[in-house]
Amino acid sequence: MPQGFIENLYVFVLAGFLGFEVIRRVSPLLHTPLMALTNALDAIVVVAAIIIAARPGNTLSEVLGAIAVFAAFSNMVGGFLITDRMLRMFKLSGRKKS
Amino acid sequence: MNLTAMDPTTVQYLTDGAYIIAIGLFILSLKWLSSPATARRGVLVGEIGAALAVLATFTNPDFVHYRWVLIALLAGAMVGIPLGLVQMTAVPQRTALSHAFGALAAALIGISEYYLHLHELSKFQVVEISMEVIIGSLSFTGSLIAAGKLQEWLPQRPIVYKGQNYVSFTVLGAAVLAALVLMFNPTAPFVFPAMVVISLLFGVMLVTPIGGADMPTVIALLNSYVGLTAALLGFVLNSKVLVVAGALDGSSGFILAVVMCKAMNRSFTNVLFGAFGQLQVSAQAVQEDRNVHTATPEEAAAILSASNTVLVVPGYGMAVAQAQHKVREMLDVLLKKGVDVKFGIHPVAGRMPGHMNVLLAEADVPYDRLIEMDQANSEMPQTDVALVIGANDVTNPAAKTDQGSPIYGMPIIEVDHARTVMVIKRSLNPGFAGIDNPLYYEDKTLMLFGDAKAFVSGIVKELQGGGE
Repeated sequence: MPQGFIENLYVFVLAGFLGFEVIRRVSPLLHTPLMALTNALDAIVVVAAIIIAARPGNTLSEVLGAIAVFAAFSNMVGGFLITDRMLRMFKLSGRKKS
Repeated sequence: MNLTAMDPTTVQYLTDGAYIIAIGLFILSLKWLSSPATARRGVLVGEIGAALAVLATFTNPDFVHYRWVLIALLAGAMVGIPLGLVQMTAVPQRTALSHAFGALAAALIGISEYYLHLHELSKFQVVEISMEVIIGSLSFTGSLIAAGKLQEWLPQRPIVYKGQNYVSFTVLGAAVLAALVLMFNPTAPFVFPAMVVISLLFGVMLVTPIGGADMPTVIALLNSYVGLTAALLGFVLNSKVLVVAGALDGSSGFILAVVMCKAMNRSFTNVLFGAFGQLQVSAQAVQEDRNVHTATPEEAAAILSASNTVLVVPGYGMAVAQAQHKVREMLDVLLKKGVDVKFGIHPVAGRMPGHMNVLLAEADVPYDRLIEMDQANSEMPQTDVALVIGANDVTNPAAKTDQGSPIYGMPIIEVDHARTVMVIKRSLNPGFAGIDNPLYYEDKTLMLFGDAKAFVSGIVKELQGGGE
């Protein structure tokens, strides 16, 4: 079993536990923004897509990479945008809307 | 600073440093999301982390083709911005669509890795890539079907046939078999593309039989698959930033899916393979002529203004009728009259986790008026009027009393414990899942037949006219 795999497995397990503990505390009130935000964070695969599309390779990898850049980056932009729009709407009583 | 002149190792250190900072900011971002007071700060640090990671990636000295990347980024932004500006009622389908995009990106990168390194892959790497591509592809088509159902381009009813689960599992088995073949012969012709096509097909077969009311769980599950795909891609590419981001996204989706399943007292297997909503035939047979009490907007307004405490229980019907703004007007008038109004939110009300909260927030209902199911139930005996708007199964007392009911055991908002119950509904037809609701025939229940938006505006008009 390659060494890299074991290292990545450590990282995966630790990040999974950390995510579980942090996200468990998010109030059900914000579950929709949570999903939108994790979607935007997950769109970090755009960096892998950029590498695939920009480095020397073959035509297939460039084309697939470019489509992946498009899909992931639209998630990143749209995800952050809609999360912020949703969160701006959550207000307490007594605070007048601006 | 001329980056191309820099030592490649230094560039590598700088990039890794930027990725590590980005990971830290992502975790902070999720931590700050836990409360509405700090949540927007959370979005900001998430954006900074993502921007840092993307910019750092461009310092890679190996890059040769920038043009297509830049065009793709521009096109992504041009599609992403409108998708970030959709109406709040369209958020569930937008979310499903973004799951599809995320899965597509990850699957395409896996496919391109396979073809790029075809002749140098170890058995282990082939297995990694195959798993990543299988899960990515099925999440892609599964999410597209979910989005289509939520947008109502596809029928929301479950589409089922006999022996469906066997067929679906055979298809999934074929994809796994293809992966095994590739493990022993990575260059076997046509096996890899066949595996991709079969996985895409399985995604369609997985979500098509699932009904609209189960969408909150399905969206959450697909969310966790997409996260898992990204993490697996991190394994394939040996990229820690992807492993972490994927693990965070995956655990978030998983937590939400567990919350949704608990709120329906069902298991993952039951949601995925139970094809809820086929039961309408047997349920309708039970229906007989029973008396219901009805009321007009005038009568409803009189009862509401005479009460001290009101609990509104919204459901998907409120979203469909776009009634949330009228509901907020009703809230304002009632508060002015000294009536204490709260909203009881069932975890699976609507089409995705937290759907009702976002719709009500959009209509400027303050979030301290929104309470969770348990609190709503503990306050129910002191509640004068429970007003159900477009919700059905989540208030059905059969879930507690009738062992034969398909939703038996599901936690509900116990509106039948309030002094008076009012239900705004189009007709007596059983709801989406086709389950009869004995609540409607109780003596304390008043049925308010009509479109939710029209009926609530009738109540508002009456309240405003009568009160001044």
